[in-house]
Amino acid sequence: MVREFEDVIIQTLCRFLVPFIQLYSLYVFAHGHSSPGGGFQGGCVMAAAFVLIFIAYDLNEAKRRFGEKALLIFCCLGVFIYAGTGWACLLLGSNFLDYGFLSKVLPTDPVKARYYGMAMIELGVQIAVMAVMVSIFLDLVTRGEHEEILEEKGA
Amino acid sequence: MIWQLDLILVFLAVIAAVAAITVRDLLSAVMILGAFSFFMCMIWTQMGGLDVAFTEACVGAGITTAFFIATLYNTTRRTKD
Repeated sequence: MVREFEDVIIQTLCRFLVPFIQLYSLYVFAHGHSSPGGGFQGGCVMAAAFVLIFIAYDLNEAKRRFGEKALLIFCCLGVFIYAGTGWACLLLGSNFLDYGFLSKVLPTDPVKARYYGMAMIELGVQIAVMAVMVSIFLDLVTRGEHEEILEEKGA
Repeated sequence: MIWQLDLILVFLAVIAAVAAITVRDLLSAVMILGAFSFFMCMIWTQMGGLDVAFTEACVGAGITTAFFIATLYNTTRRTKD
């Protein structure tokens, strides 16, 4: 992981496997209303795909492409989508997370607005869970050290 | 609900749980803990709790195992006690 190694079999297999895992994660997210699944499970599967990339390739190279700053932005974006949907309902004159009132701004009836509001919540949960899971993994594998310290050590 | 299948799965889950806390090698303990999570996932599936089973499969058997291995990477593999 931290040590550099190159294995053609592992890297090629990961390169073929990761898009399918991410597609499955989006499937789980999109069918979360009517079947088992949802934002949390989809986010975990998505995080597993990124962890697979981090394990198979060089950790510093992976962190340069998907670093801690990007992970923090994604985490805050997920929480913002969740809270923003709730506050939008609150500003439209209803309770927090009462999606039916979103039909005042969305061009749909309240039933469909409830459906889309639920999808927005799931999207926020998916993004936040994915970012936090990958961030926890990075903190565990690098002992919480930042990338500058890792590069100084040459690890 | 098939009680024979339930009995076999509970038996395997108990064996995996006891093995996970008695084995000396920590990497083996992590792997057996993943197997325990998967047995719990199968038990919940055949009880009808599909959402709980799905969460257990992706969090318990997937992400948690990766976290434990990442932690083991920074410690020793042998247990002291």
